[in-house]
Amino acid sequence: MQWETVIGLEVHVQLATRSKIFSGASTAFGAAPNSQACAVDLGMPGVLPVLNETAVAMAVQFGLAIHAEIPEVSVFDRKNYFYPDLPKGYQTSQMYHPVVGPGEVEIALDDGATKRIRVHHAHLEEDAGKSLHEDFHGMTGVDLNRAGTPLLEIVSEPDMRSSSEAAAYLKAIHSIVTYLGISDGNMAEGSMRCDVNVSVRPVGQEAFGTRAEIKNVNSFRFVERAIAFELERQIELLEDGGTVIQETRLFDPDRDETRSMRTKEQANDYRYFPCPDLLPVVLDRAYVDHLRDTLPELPADKRTRFENVLGLSAYDAGVLSASRDMAEYFERVKDTCGDAKQAANWVQGELAGALNREGRQIQDSPITAETLGQLISRVMDDTINGKAAKQVFQELWNGEGESADEVIEAKGLKQVTDTGAIEAMIDQVIADSPAQVAQYRDAEPDKRGKMIGYFVGQVMKASRGTANPQQVNRVLKDKLDALC
Amino acid sequence: MHDKTLTELAAGLAAGEFSSRELTQTLLARIERLDGQLNCLITVTPEQALASADNADAARARGDTARLNGLPLAIKDLFCTEGVKTSAGSRMLDNFVAPYDATVVEKLKAAGTVSLGKTNMDEFAMGSSNENSFYGPVKNPWDPTAVPGGSSGGSAAAVAAGLVPAAMGTDTGGSIRQPAAFCGITGLKPTYGRVSRYGIIAYASSLDQAGPMARTAEDCAHLLGAIAGHDLRDSTSVARGVPNYTEELDAPLSGLKIGLPKEYFGDGLDSEVESAVREAVNVYESLGATVREVSLPHTHYAIPAYYVIAPAEASSNLSRYDGVRFGHRCDAPADLIDLYKRSRAEGFGEEVKRRILIGTHTLSEGFFDAYYKKAQQVRRLIRQDFLDAFEEVDVLMGPTSPTPAFDLGANKDPVSMYLQDIYTIAVNLAGIPGISVPAGFVGDRPVGLQILGTHFAESRLLNVAHQFQQATDWHKRRPAIAEETH
Repeated sequence: MQWETVIGLEVHVQLATRSKIFSGASTAFGAAPNSQACAVDLGMPGVLPVLNETAVAMAVQFGLAIHAEIPEVSVFDRKNYFYPDLPKGYQTSQMYHPVVGPGEVEIALDDGATKRIRVHHAHLEEDAGKSLHEDFHGMTGVDLNRAGTPLLEIVSEPDMRSSSEAAAYLKAIHSIVTYLGISDGNMAEGSMRCDVNVSVRPVGQEAFGTRAEIKNVNSFRFVERAIAFELERQIELLEDGGTVIQETRLFDPDRDETRSMRTKEQANDYRYFPCPDLLPVVLDRAYVDHLRDTLPELPADKRTRFENVLGLSAYDAGVLSASRDMAEYFERVKDTCGDAKQAANWVQGELAGALNREGRQIQDSPITAETLGQLISRVMDDTINGKAAKQVFQELWNGEGESADEVIEAKGLKQVTDTGAIEAMIDQVIADSPAQVAQYRDAEPDKRGKMIGYFVGQVMKASRGTANPQQVNRVLKDKLDALC
Repeated sequence: MHDKTLTELAAGLAAGEFSSRELTQTLLARIERLDGQLNCLITVTPEQALASADNADAARARGDTARLNGLPLAIKDLFCTEGVKTSAGSRMLDNFVAPYDATVVEKLKAAGTVSLGKTNMDEFAMGSSNENSFYGPVKNPWDPTAVPGGSSGGSAAAVAAGLVPAAMGTDTGGSIRQPAAFCGITGLKPTYGRVSRYGIIAYASSLDQAGPMARTAEDCAHLLGAIAGHDLRDSTSVARGVPNYTEELDAPLSGLKIGLPKEYFGDGLDSEVESAVREAVNVYESLGATVREVSLPHTHYAIPAYYVIAPAEASSNLSRYDGVRFGHRCDAPADLIDLYKRSRAEGFGEEVKRRILIGTHTLSEGFFDAYYKKAQQVRRLIRQDFLDAFEEVDVLMGPTSPTPAFDLGANKDPVSMYLQDIYTIAVNLAGIPGISVPAGFVGDRPVGLQILGTHFAESRLLNVAHQFQQATDWHKRRPAIAEETH
């Protein structure tokens, strides 16, 4: 039987507010345990939450970026359950009236086509603390630094049909939130976490199969692997005549498998009800309009502009618009050198290669966009040739010199375009290479083209790479042909 | 000194008749001598009190003329007080020393008042008799076989017995007004949102409100002025200016329109209580007020609605007492679930457990719509009843409680206890202010007259109560224990 996969994602994005969603404590990552938990975060008797307005603004910005409805009123609810890292015994979340209504996210498919994934809603909530099970000799430690960190939970419709679509969706969300600057998107530090709902159904069947929810899927790669495993498990089960049960499963990246956590019957009754300590959030239109007006250009729009206005290939446009840092860097290079294609080639070629080799992000590049733009300009205005440009790039990368011009000057890489000087070098090479000259003269005219390479190489060597190769080629050909 | 009102004591301090230290010492000595009989205070803080009194005296010597400077009072043990045990009347928090001050406490300190200690109360403010305290019941100063009312019973009894001139209470369903009535003092529950809830251990967040308990409406006016106001730490506190609550106290009552809700004079009302209340209304008529009957048609739904909403919120608010971070933790828990179960089973008393169970049930899947949602709808109707009534009249009057203080141990059945709050509970559901003033006796037990106003009508209520106290002397009656002097 042919099976179709149905996937929906719940993505938790940690919002980049300075303080927590309901208290003034810092949200900075990596502090000593419990050093960033105030009385409110600890759920001390008598404390009350106060909503962080920035968290709401960030959620609304996300909603606007995915063209979602922004309801005028949203309400915080309490989700009640007991857990040691949940200080109040409830999580303040939004169950019935989320801050962001239905929207959609465009993803790029492997074949270059795009697909729209519907977002059911996105809601604000507070994160829990962390339970630490190691180093406590059979006991559990609780670190409440993370408790109260604002999260935006983005719930998709079950619109994805493969693990690569799911990964593309997650990347698109990542790209949007980092573009907006509402999250650092750092998955390793847990700034983006993902639960995956997976089911399968026979191709052509309309009704969804029973789904399993996979928790703890915290990288793009894990999303694909967890889905791949889960798919196989469900299909195998069904083909053996079994049934899939609705349950929550945990992804174990070390074993590359999912394991049952709890079934539907064991599920908590969270006893949601509106939080009486917080007033409903009322967003007036002017406020939402103001946020809309200040939205940056988003990845999908940028990709379209790169392709249609700058004339980049679909592939280049996709890569260069994937992150805001990358796009901004590229645009600054382009603005400096004035040539989008050259800028794209350099950013994706030489620069991307160097970054990859050292595992750096573009924002950590030792070469600024302006410096790279200047370097490209020097190739375009024939100051240096392509080979010298690569050398200049390397020198700049290594920190030898502040600007392309400085390196070109210091290393004497300025391209020699003085015809007299080039002619003198050519005459010398011809004089030093009688055997090669003889071979050239004796060859059939249509073979001579290839043979000229030797002379070009010698001249470039003599010029220490600074001669203009096209010029050398042209003059050599004239001189050698004159000897024939 | 001990039988004077706050206003009189303020005058005495201002005139240099006595110092705050002398006043504080006098009252601490009374507490030491008499509270064994009454059990009003869970914690007495003599050192802090004397230090505060000295500060107040020093401030006065420097020319500080703040009205409340140097005046002693007591605070219900539901308000967090930095460095002082804050128990909420529960074994759960018997070991809890609050690391911060509630906003009300902060404001009272800033005003120069001197806290003598923390008053006894029904556990987590759940109760109408003070019999639900882990620290034992409070005795009514008028009759030690009677309850003082609850949940702010310790505060009411301490004021009545002359241990303190005033005390802070909280009122979720009548917990200021009913004990004020039972103990023959004046107690004001402000409009929801008028006083910050920050630092008050939550029982039912959408109903809880703090207020003053004192000997006169005038004293309550001074105290309300000190504690009211918007607080950025409480999102439900209202951003609205605080008037001078004493300004309107002397306004004449001619033309005042009084409504008597017919539902407050029906079955279950003690006839002598009714007589006392009707007599009080006559006094108002003699002061120039007009009286008419009004209807609050949804009154009978108030108790059922309250006992859905309040326990629902309580079940969630009390989840934090899990034995993990503070409060009672059972010995040698076998595992996490054992820790939760035994810490909570040992830490909470019967009534608290009952309300947690009710609340947990009514919020459960499949019951939420039938209970919680329906109760919220009823709540809106009850609020509308009051708003409609206040279109017709300025204030509503009736008994604070259907009976005078009942005997300790008399109400064993929880529902009969819940019915004690029949006239007070709807006020919290509607969020409006209410005040109880002494209006007579049934035998030796006081009767309270409840006066209700529309949202933020505290000045009006205090004026109406104060004028009654200018015309009557019920508020000046003292129980025998308060007459005892050194």
